[in-house]
Amino acid sequence: MIDKLPELVNADPAIVRWGRHMNATFLVEVGEAQYLLTVRAGRIESVEKGPLVMRAWTFAIRASKESWDRFWCRVPEPGWSDLFALLRRGDVRFEGDQRVLMAYLLYLKLVLAAPRKLAA
Amino acid sequence: MTARIEPVVGRYAHLELEGKAHRVYFEEAGQGIPLLCLHTAGSDGRQFRAVLNDPAITQHYRVVAFDMPWHGKSSPPAGWEKGDYELTTTRYTDMIMTVARELGLDRPVVMGCSSGGRIVLDLAFKHARALRALVGLQSSAFGTRYYDPYWLNHAEVHGGQACGAVAYGLMSPLSPEAERWETVWHYMPGGPGVFSGDLYFYQVEGDIRSRLGEIDTSVCPLYLLTGEYDYSASPADTQAAAAKIMGAKVTIMKGLGHFPMSENPDAFLGHLRPVLEEIRSTTL
Repeated sequence: MIDKLPELVNADPAIVRWGRHMNATFLVEVGEAQYLLTVRAGRIESVEKGPLVMRAWTFAIRASKESWDRFWCRVPEPGWSDLFALLRRGDVRFEGDQRVLMAYLLYLKLVLAAPRKLAA
Repeated sequence: MTARIEPVVGRYAHLELEGKAHRVYFEEAGQGIPLLCLHTAGSDGRQFRAVLNDPAITQHYRVVAFDMPWHGKSSPPAGWEKGDYELTTTRYTDMIMTVARELGLDRPVVMGCSSGGRIVLDLAFKHARALRALVGLQSSAFGTRYYDPYWLNHAEVHGGQACGAVAYGLMSPLSPEAERWETVWHYMPGGPGVFSGDLYFYQVEGDIRSRLGEIDTSVCPLYLLTGEYDYSASPADTQAAAAKIMGAKVTIMKGLGHFPMSENPDAFLGHLRPVLEEIRSTTL
């Protein structure tokens, strides 16, 4: 799902616009799997799949594979509908520079929900 | 004139709150039983646009939605620049009762959402005899601080975008896109520190759990309507509060989220109309 983000996000100006001042690299963990995402002016420039050793990132978003699977349903159930829904459940952890994460929260919510378009 | 003009009228009221002069904006429509509407933390009375425009309601109710001081078109009091805004239970309750009195609303029904749904529970035991009925939307007895509102009022984070992002996720993915984004828009122009100042009441000071047993719904009926997608004031939160209030009537609204009246007005009105009809026919 995460590896499809460049095409899902970069083709959607309604998402890109919310991140147009963002230039940062962040880590997403789907259970054990690590993905390093680099954003340039709101476009996902690259997605590098781990395992990663000693790589730098501005912030990290970590959740279990089961949580992401429920989050990425085409119509998620109550409790799995939003990144902050996972936060309220205690199912996601934010680490690193929270300022950048909060500055681009709307963008990040839209980016991370974009794989729902691919769900059955 | 060819524009479609709504029957909603907006005016300003001058009144004193906490010994200070305030200019408070309110909108109203309809005639009959006063129905005072309380918007959510960090937003304004526009959230009730569909209730104000519903003839089935306004033929029996005088619907009034005011913007709390600091919100929407209501200004903060003079001297606001010298300190932080912070809502408390006492301030909120006194504000509501003053607005009701000064606008001539006699024994109104009070309906509030989220932080407004919390203060409805406070009104239920402090002012039950002065109120005809209470409707809590997304009511909970306390709020869990699962994120830090510090970032909502920070010079290096765009407050409008951050507050909008918080509101966005609280809605149901099933609610109409246009209404959801309008609801987000209502969060984006908020003054710096206003949403987080409201959250002080909602997430810190306004814990009402120990007082729920004092609520007597035989004096003032209490209806609690909660959208199922809300994770801030979830159905479980509403049901936990209701379990301690004898006679509270709970409705879980399928497919709705934290801003039912604003994110999906049609679906919400389907739940609200029978409640208001019951209040009209069973209370004096």
